[in-house]
Amino acid sequence: MSTASITPREQPWILPSRGVVGISCLIVAESAVFIIFVVAYIFYLGKSISGPNPRDVLDVPIVGTICLLSSSLAAYLAVGALRRNKVRICSLWLAATVLLGSIFLAGTAREWYQLIYKDGLTIRTNLFGTTFYSLVGLHATHVIVGLVMLALALTFTLFGRVSEAHAQRLDVLSLYWHFVDAVWVVVFTVVYVLGR
Amino acid sequence: MADSVPLTGALDLTSAHERRPLTLEILHAWVTTVDHKKIGLMYIGYALIFLVIAGLEAIVMRVQLAVPQNSLVSPQVFNRMFTMHGTTMVFFVGMPILFGFGNYLIPLMLGARDMAFPRLNAFSFWISVFGGLLLYFSFLGGDGLYGAGNAPDVGWFAYAPLTAKVFSPGHSTDYWTLGIFLSGIGSIGTALNIVTTIVVMRCPGMKLSRMPLLVWLYLVMCFLVFIAVGPLTAAQIMLSIDRYLGGHFFDTQAGGSAVLWMHFFWIFGHPEVYVLVLPAFGFASEIIPVFSRKAIFGYPAMVTASVAIGFISLSVWAHHMFTVGMGPGANTFFTLSTMIIAVPTGIKIFNWVATLWGGNIRFTTAMLFCVAFLFQFLVAGLTGIMLSASPFNWQLSGSYFVVAHFHYVLVGAILFTIFAAFYYWFPKMSGRMMSETLGKWHFWLFLIGFHLTFDFMHIPGMLGMPRRIYTYELDRGWGVWNLIVSTGAVFQALAIACFVINLLRSYFKGKIAGPDPWDAWTLEWSTASPPPVYNFATIPSVQSRRPLWDLKHPEDSDSKYEL
Repeated sequence: MSTASITPREQPWILPSRGVVGISCLIVAESAVFIIFVVAYIFYLGKSISGPNPRDVLDVPIVGTICLLSSSLAAYLAVGALRRNKVRICSLWLAATVLLGSIFLAGTAREWYQLIYKDGLTIRTNLFGTTFYSLVGLHATHVIVGLVMLALALTFTLFGRVSEAHAQRLDVLSLYWHFVDAVWVVVFTVVYVLGR
Repeated sequence: MADSVPLTGALDLTSAHERRPLTLEILHAWVTTVDHKKIGLMYIGYALIFLVIAGLEAIVMRVQLAVPQNSLVSPQVFNRMFTMHGTTMVFFVGMPILFGFGNYLIPLMLGARDMAFPRLNAFSFWISVFGGLLLYFSFLGGDGLYGAGNAPDVGWFAYAPLTAKVFSPGHSTDYWTLGIFLSGIGSIGTALNIVTTIVVMRCPGMKLSRMPLLVWLYLVMCFLVFIAVGPLTAAQIMLSIDRYLGGHFFDTQAGGSAVLWMHFFWIFGHPEVYVLVLPAFGFASEIIPVFSRKAIFGYPAMVTASVAIGFISLSVWAHHMFTVGMGPGANTFFTLSTMIIAVPTGIKIFNWVATLWGGNIRFTTAMLFCVAFLFQFLVAGLTGIMLSASPFNWQLSGSYFVVAHFHYVLVGAILFTIFAAFYYWFPKMSGRMMSETLGKWHFWLFLIGFHLTFDFMHIPGMLGMPRRIYTYELDRGWGVWNLIVSTGAVFQALAIACFVINLLRSYFKGKIAGPDPWDAWTLEWSTASPPPVYNFATIPSVQSRRPLWDLKHPEDSDSKYEL
């Protein structure tokens, strides 16, 4: 373009934040892992050669799901508060996130306890057991990792080590947490709605 | 651009006089480094060691198969050899060597001082190293320490149900699983790092449309790593659950499916071929223009074709499974998608040839390897199209024809361009030129060896010789062909010896290279050889795809012709 050479200065050189790009890449890779586990779950639906079957033993974890999904909102609000440099409010929302996530995890623990000791379903019982514990367990592992990191962030805010400058980093963590929640929407739909 | 920094400003000419560090200090500096150049070199060195090991495993197989009814090694040892050869070459030679070059070159080409996440970079490297060591530790510990000599023997794609605890007792398969799992984590980490570096670390003016093609190809390759290595990691987790926790994913006795493993493995396995070949395209796309003294022909078409290959390669995996019996629908789909991928690949070959056309070609060793790559990659592509036709595939799947085909890609295309990359970038990495005389010996010996081995390997395949057999009967008529194939391996080994000698000799005694020995155009040649820790004393800014051309030819700069 001939006009370009007349323009004295180009646009200022601004590139995206490194944390957001990095976590997005991680999310793409992790999604591929989850997709394979979800595909295996769907592929083996109804192929177990012995019981128990999903319909007999699974209850829809409504409370846990509501808690986990609303924890995403709390994480979002925590980041927003930090952006406005309101550290107190931020730690409040972070505490809410950790609490709601823990309730979800406790729900999963209770569900697993009942499945193992009441219904006799373990990872070796049948294909349903293998795929169910793997998929839900993989997700629960991600919840635990997220909770540990959120709890760390919460501790830092409580000890006054966090300021507005860290909003971007908390944003990266919240993106991971949103991803974990989004995966749960898929797992919930596949395991508790369609697969039951 | 009045406010841009001239590129020579990238050189810090103050000489540094310091005392010689102790050996221990040097070692400590390498182990604890987060510098992308040192990590890149460690990746390359680590891959070269494994290249020699896996090459020796191939030699064992070729000696065993050279004559009929040979009994040099037992069937069990032969199984371990082909398993370890394949696994090592893909995960501990191919991936690390390409990540090594990527690590070294991408920040330099983008005018950055390091990768986006230097510590993640070091972590990814060391976790991959650990994976490789675990795999080879199986030679000692695969059966408990007293049962030495029990490496994995399930083949590099480890089909179920052979990997079940019943059929593969002991721990050798677990070492295989863990080694690949760890290397996968390392690969994803490095891929994440490379993508982030490309997106956020470009120097001012380095728009996506001005990036060197090598960087573009690494970008596509890294996206493939996310999408392909993820499933492999998932499948390895499932296999471990089966073997350790008594799960039934691939347990056919409990309703599990062996075919599901095949799908999961090849969802990784086929994109993996493109993970390996895309950086090779990148090397060719940098080297061919420089030694043709012409800008690359059809840059936008090259980028588009690369991205297209990336997309299409995700939908071709089941052409490895035509003999499973997937039904006519799936067979047709995967036949067509596999044939379609030849279109963007063909576009790339045409563009390289068009770059050569009318150029002032300089046949350095690097260029020779690239020209050989063009021919061999074409042949590899053509046998690929043959194999993509499912009826043809039914006849030759699992035969030496397939082995010959994919070695044509992996050796004839990928390894040849990797050698080209060594000759081209060694001066930048070490500050010294490699010997052209030894280089020519290396090239011609390797070319002869390659064609003896892999051209003639097609023939026993068509005569019906299955892969993975440890020996064959005298009356099959495969003996002559196998002898020729094995003779080729000797030439290749000699060539590799020339290469290793050349590397070592040139490192100590090579001619001093200077910053820009090839009169090249990309940013890595604007800084010293080897580059200082900080790469560029001042961050450069670029106005076109060939910043050094602009600098050398201000009267005819590329930026005038940019769209």
